[in-house]
Amino acid sequence: MDQALMARVLFGLTLAFHIIFASLGVGLPFMIMIAELLHLIKKDNDYLIMASRWTKGFTVLLAVGITTGTTVALQLSLLWPKFMHLVGQVIALPFLIEIFAFFLEALFMSIYVYASHRIPSPWKMVSVAMVALGAALSAILITDANAFMNTPQGFQMINGNAIHIRPWQAFFNPSFPIKLFHVLVTAYMTVAFITASIAAFGLWKNKHSHSAIIKHQQKALVVSLIIATMFSLLAAFSGDGSGKFIAAYQPEKLAAGEGLFKSQMYAPFVYGGWPSGLQEKIVGGLQVPGLLSFLATGKFNGLVKGLYEYPRDTWPPLYIHFTFDAMITIGSLLLALGVFALALSYLRNRQKKHLPRWMLLVLIFAGPLSMAAIECGWVYAEVGRQPWIVYHVMRTQNAVTSASYMGLVFVLFILLFFLLAVGTIVVIRGHFKRHPLAEEFAITTTKAEKEGWQP
Amino acid sequence: MNMADVGMVILLALIFIYAMTGSIDFGAGFWAMVYLRDENAQAAVVANRYLSPLWEVTNVFLVLFAVALVGIFPKAALVYGNLLLLPGSLILICLTLRTVMMVYAHVVNRFRRALRIVSGITGILIPALLVNVFPLSNGGFITMTSGDWQINFHTFVGSWNVYHFVLLGLFSELFISAVFLSDYARLSGDQEAFLQYRKHALWLGPITIVFAILIPFTLPVHALWMGNSIQMQKWWFIFSGILFLLMMYFLITSTLNKMRNMRLAAIALALQYLFALWAYGKAHYPYLLYPILTVQNSFTDPTMFKNVMIVLIIGIALLLPGFVWFWRLFLSRRAFFESE
Ligand code: HDD
Ligand code: HEM
Ligand code: HEM
Repeated sequence: MDQALMARVLFGLTLAFHIIFASLGVGLPFMIMIAELLHLIKKDNDYLIMASRWTKGFTVLLAVGITTGTTVALQLSLLWPKFMHLVGQVIALPFLIEIFAFFLEALFMSIYVYASHRIPSPWKMVSVAMVALGAALSAILITDANAFMNTPQGFQMINGNAIHIRPWQAFFNPSFPIKLFHVLVTAYMTVAFITASIAAFGLWKNKHSHSAIIKHQQKALVVSLIIATMFSLLAAFSGDGSGKFIAAYQPEKLAAGEGLFKSQMYAPFVYGGWPSGLQEKIVGGLQVPGLLSFLATGKFNGLVKGLYEYPRDTWPPLYIHFTFDAMITIGSLLLALGVFALALSYLRNRQKKHLPRWMLLVLIFAGPLSMAAIECGWVYAEVGRQPWIVYHVMRTQNAVTSASYMGLVFVLFILLFFLLAVGTIVVIRGHFKRHPLAEEFAITTTKAEKEGWQP
Repeated sequence: MNMADVGMVILLALIFIYAMTGSIDFGAGFWAMVYLRDENAQAAVVANRYLSPLWEVTNVFLVLFAVALVGIFPKAALVYGNLLLLPGSLILICLTLRTVMMVYAHVVNRFRRALRIVSGITGILIPALLVNVFPLSNGGFITMTSGDWQINFHTFVGSWNVYHFVLLGLFSELFISAVFLSDYARLSGDQEAFLQYRKHALWLGPITIVFAILIPFTLPVHALWMGNSIQMQKWWFIFSGILFLLMMYFLITSTLNKMRNMRLAAIALALQYLFALWAYGKAHYPYLLYPILTVQNSFTDPTMFKNVMIVLIIGIALLLPGFVWFWRLFLSRRAFFESE
């Protein structure tokens, strides 16, 4: 592998790993906040238990998110120094503001976790809201940096030097609003589906457990499903917006994603199939005439640009068709699933019955699927920008470091991620095995478990 | 002072803060390993208690430093980023292992022993790697091949001066953490740990100062210019030396019936390092990396700099109340008793 390719794979892997924990980090405090809020409103202890169990998982995930995030931040400079040179001159602000968002999150997280028994309960609510706010802000700001890479503005490149720099114009670049909306909404959707999956798994596995536990898990499932379904709807809307946006601003990405070679009106939407660079079309697949034009422009006769408009060496890889399809499929399926499961649960509830076991089994897969959609979406967005690291300004090839030992670094990081993945799963599973839900009901006090510090 | 110099002062301030909090954080990890076999040693208890709320704050300062460097001196980020792939990645890997172990051990008691070993070893490795930037920035280890700068690892690893810096860094780390942990033990009224860390500080202090005095002697081998400009700043260094003597005085007199002197020792120590860093920074000026990078030629666009400053000031102002709350909840004397 050459230097640039190795750097791309390494960086892509690091981000793909980080985004799992980052998304959980954005969504979990939001869910915890909802649980705390429900506890305040309904005075129902189940929600307090929910909040405390989610918090426990969150503390572990947060730490992995923070370390992998630190890795990403410094790796940016180590792998792509020439890109960071431009970043420093033009788009340093979101990176800098983001630090303060992290600070906000970290400070209030410590307060919420370690000191919740020492502060009055309204302040507990404030601190968890601050954690959620900090997490959302950090996602928004980093997404802005990425939005800049896709639609750069606020500077002029003359002979490889950036001049006439207007930082805030770079900050408010055109793809920022729609992108942040889609990223945020899908993170909330994913985490809600994950908590729904966990509750469904609990119900599915322990069918004979005692009724307080079943009630508790039912509540967790319903709250999660309501939130997940709401955000699925928003995800589809914002995804549609994203599609229209890239049709206007990054037509190569959309064309490659849909295997559209010739510019045309009434452009077809192709679902499935195999994009072939040799035959210059998608082989097989289900064609819906005019739909792509409609999705991209809002009109069936709208003109959609094809790849032939661009020099061949600036075409993105065609395989992003798969990740685009996967994201959309998962998004549509999950939306339908959410609505269906909620309706079913409502009907069953009226007959004083629980959700059927097959439904629970299906729901167990919702969370992991949603996370897979996030990964697919990012691969589509990032690989679809290739060969540019900054769209139409700087090529990835020209941004990579020239340092030696890339191979060694690559292997070490792969090992590290493997260790982290295994370690985190073992630790979280171990914790909840040793502290099953039943234990929470044995304790009669309403106070959340007091968190001691290390030995 | 022009804008670029202001930027440099900010960067120095961040280095100072990270050096202090990092020393305490990594040093505490090391001390917890030293007392590994004695499960209930008070010294280890104190070290661990200090660790848990601190690492996140330290980590944020590391990221803040990297981002500030990119934002204020993008060209320096370019050149250093291009050079440091291997050491930088090793630091990141150690840091990740350490943080993650810390949290794992917090959740699973069984991992506590492993944690102490991991955080002890990485508590030495990370600072040792970080300190390498000092000799590197003095020049003499970098060659230009086909248009790109490369570290000449061969001469770097074979240089006495590099090891000299590493040892000074490591002893400083242990020294700083011993003093601060001793003061922390005093706050929690823990006499045994207080005496133990005081004892360590007493022998570590003189060693660091010996290494510091020897630096100008090994420096000229690779960086004659730096050797000379250190001479020019000798009054600042002498001032820092006086603070060291003051610190030693407070340290020695901080016996069990005068424990409060440890706080004075900690303050003098922080000032000592502040002035030493200031003097070193002045001697290094105007180079960020000799002879290619200077403060002026790596400086960012002025509009960007103004905005970076505005964001920094607003950000710090907004977070200050949160910080104060954090401090009162975790690190103040009152907090300590409440959490008992
Ligand atoms: C749960 C996750 C999830 C779901 C269900 C969807 N998306 Fe998505 N999508 C993402 C998660 C995501 C993402 C990971 O958040 C991306 C990657 C980059 C970005 O900005 O958001 C993304 C990017 C992304 C882009 C590229 C944006 C760009 O490159 O600037 C488009 C066109 C869509 N999405 C369109 C859709 C459509 C039409 C969906 C229909 C339901 C959809 N997404 C569902
Ligand atoms: C967290 C979600 C993200 C994922 C999963 C992700 C994934 C990827 C992948 C797979 C690549 C390699 C593409 C290729 O080389 O073919 C890549 C490249 C890159 N991404 Fe992202 N990315 C994410 C977010 C971001 C953000 C927020 C930024 C900006 C701040 C960013 C900056 C970059 C850079 C600099 C590269 C390397 C150059 C390039 O290949 O274009 N990424 N990313
Ligand atoms: C869109 C993709 C990304 C999202 C949504 C995201 C979000 C987050 C969140 C929420 C955290 C806090 C930890 C947690 O809650 O789990 C975090 C940590 C972090 N992320 Fe990411 N991140 C993304 C990509 C990146 C990229 C590309 C960078 C590099 C510039 C980065 C840098 C960091 C850093 C430095 C931390 C640790 C901060 C600390 O020390 O507290 N992230 N990220």
